[in-house]
Amino acid sequence: MMPPFLLQAAASSIGKPNAVAMSFFFFFIAVTLGITYWAARKTRTTEQFYAAGRSVTAGQNGFALAGDYMSAASFLGIAGLVSTTGFDGLIYSTGWLVGWPVVLFLVAEPLRNLGKYTFADVLATRLQQAPVRIAAAVGTLSTVIFYLIAQMVGGGSLIKLMFGLSYETAVVIVGAAMIAYVIFGGMLATTWVQIVKAALLLGGAAALAFMVLLKFGMNPLALFAAASAKYGTGMLAPGKLVAIPLDTISLGMALMFGTAGLPHILMRFYTVPDAKAARKSVFYATGLIGFFYLLTFILGFGAMVLVGPDAIKAVDKGGNMAAPLLAEYLGGTPFLGFIAAVAFATILAVVAGLTLSGAAALSHDLWTSVVRKGQARAGEELKVARGAALVLGVIAVVLGIVFKGQNVAFMVSLAFAIAASANFPALVLSIFWRRCTTQGAVASMVAGTLGTLLLIWLSPVIQIDILKHTAAWFPLKNPAVVTIPGSFLIGIVVSLLTSDSKAVDGYDGSVRDMIDGARAA
Amino acid sequence: MASSHHSLAASRWRIAIALTAIVIVIYFGFIALIAYQKEWMGSLIAPGLSVGILFGAIVIVASWLTTWFYVWWANHHYDAKLDELKREGR
Repeated sequence: MMPPFLLQAAASSIGKPNAVAMSFFFFFIAVTLGITYWAARKTRTTEQFYAAGRSVTAGQNGFALAGDYMSAASFLGIAGLVSTTGFDGLIYSTGWLVGWPVVLFLVAEPLRNLGKYTFADVLATRLQQAPVRIAAAVGTLSTVIFYLIAQMVGGGSLIKLMFGLSYETAVVIVGAAMIAYVIFGGMLATTWVQIVKAALLLGGAAALAFMVLLKFGMNPLALFAAASAKYGTGMLAPGKLVAIPLDTISLGMALMFGTAGLPHILMRFYTVPDAKAARKSVFYATGLIGFFYLLTFILGFGAMVLVGPDAIKAVDKGGNMAAPLLAEYLGGTPFLGFIAAVAFATILAVVAGLTLSGAAALSHDLWTSVVRKGQARAGEELKVARGAALVLGVIAVVLGIVFKGQNVAFMVSLAFAIAASANFPALVLSIFWRRCTTQGAVASMVAGTLGTLLLIWLSPVIQIDILKHTAAWFPLKNPAVVTIPGSFLIGIVVSLLTSDSKAVDGYDGSVRDMIDGARAA
Repeated sequence: MASSHHSLAASRWRIAIALTAIVIVIYFGFIALIAYQKEWMGSLIAPGLSVGILFGAIVIVASWLTTWFYVWWANHHYDAKLDELKREGR
């Protein structure tokens, strides 16, 4: 007799070639390549390539920010976590949202008014170009590479699970599509891919949540009550995910301050015409993302009650298939196909945004500003940017294949921890503190990057889970509680110990520009 | 002119810091309750509604309200002062 979990797995058509999924998937690829073709004809200058000619409206940018941010981890991961552990998954839902008010209050408008293409532009307005751009590029590229690997490996296995394609084929398809969007269509194509994806994801998740609620008299509380009746009231209470309280706080800090240091998110503020549009776009994005995370409550508990944690874990141990299984339960194979295609689109839009921001750090910050000292020939920066996007895309595919089957979940928290510890403190200090010096900003970024890498290496995630040692030198899974205050402190102390008269004298001018928005109108 | 720019920048800075502090207190209050008051967070207010789930939803709504308040303030007060400043500058 077959063990029960095999019966369950056999009942699902996940992983079998699915005509509906394939048609949705090819339709999405065709539409986005059409957008890329259209965008390519409007992408002739560096400003068009990096910033879509600053022609994106606040509403469009709100959708694009949401599309850039809501990764497969938040859709499939949170639904899976809630469906198998209940309440604990909600820690992620809330943490990923509360970064947005911080982005709005502290960085969006100053960034738009002081910079042109990258967040390093803001640091370079009054600090010395070469050192801050090199340090910021290191922070940017570390964030982008770790985030890309996590998306590629996660995406490859998800697509393998859902479409039955081989892992390598899936990674190569994702890589090829993302390179095409970025190289030919630049920011304009990337923006519209993100808008289409955000609409699909929100529409798909809302439809799924609606169908769940129909079964519970449109009352979410009836759904939660059913979950606790079936699997115990513990499902509505914090559980074992929060075994070490300080770790929960550390994770919360990384999620909250990391968003304001993610290069692909920050870059989006340069695509709108002015600071007011940047401000409004965060308002729209916060509304959309918050709505989406409220839906994940419903999807997660819906999958728990209707599909069941054991059936979900039988298909994928991590629980990532909870939302697709729920779709199959509620709408059969066609709906499963639609949700699978949405998950694919989700991964594509996020990796395209990441690649573009990494390419901007390489070409705008390192090549044009540091190597060429701002004197690049006309058209040269654009060529370098496209080349950089190609190189980054190929690296992402290769690393995606190299890390096949590895536990890379920690890489997303690593990307957030570096963004929060290397990029965010230096950005805030340089915008708001007159005494911030070049040395202080560089020290803060370098210490933030290296400190995060070192502490993750020494953490239980690497030492115990991956290297199978018995103990870890650093007790927390996430180092942000140490590294964020640490890099603020290092930035402040080094600034106070050094003198940088150009930086201090330039502060009044930068405050004026921060308000007037004179630099990149 | 520089001083009026500085006072406008300072007014935005005060609002930004205050709102950031509010969001930090709400979110880390939620996290601290999860970390240190597990049982209470799991107690039921109504069938299906635990304190923790209610607070989670409140964190999301509070994020909306604080961003809405900031955008409202900036669109009305900050932008009006900024326009005034730009007119004087000419």
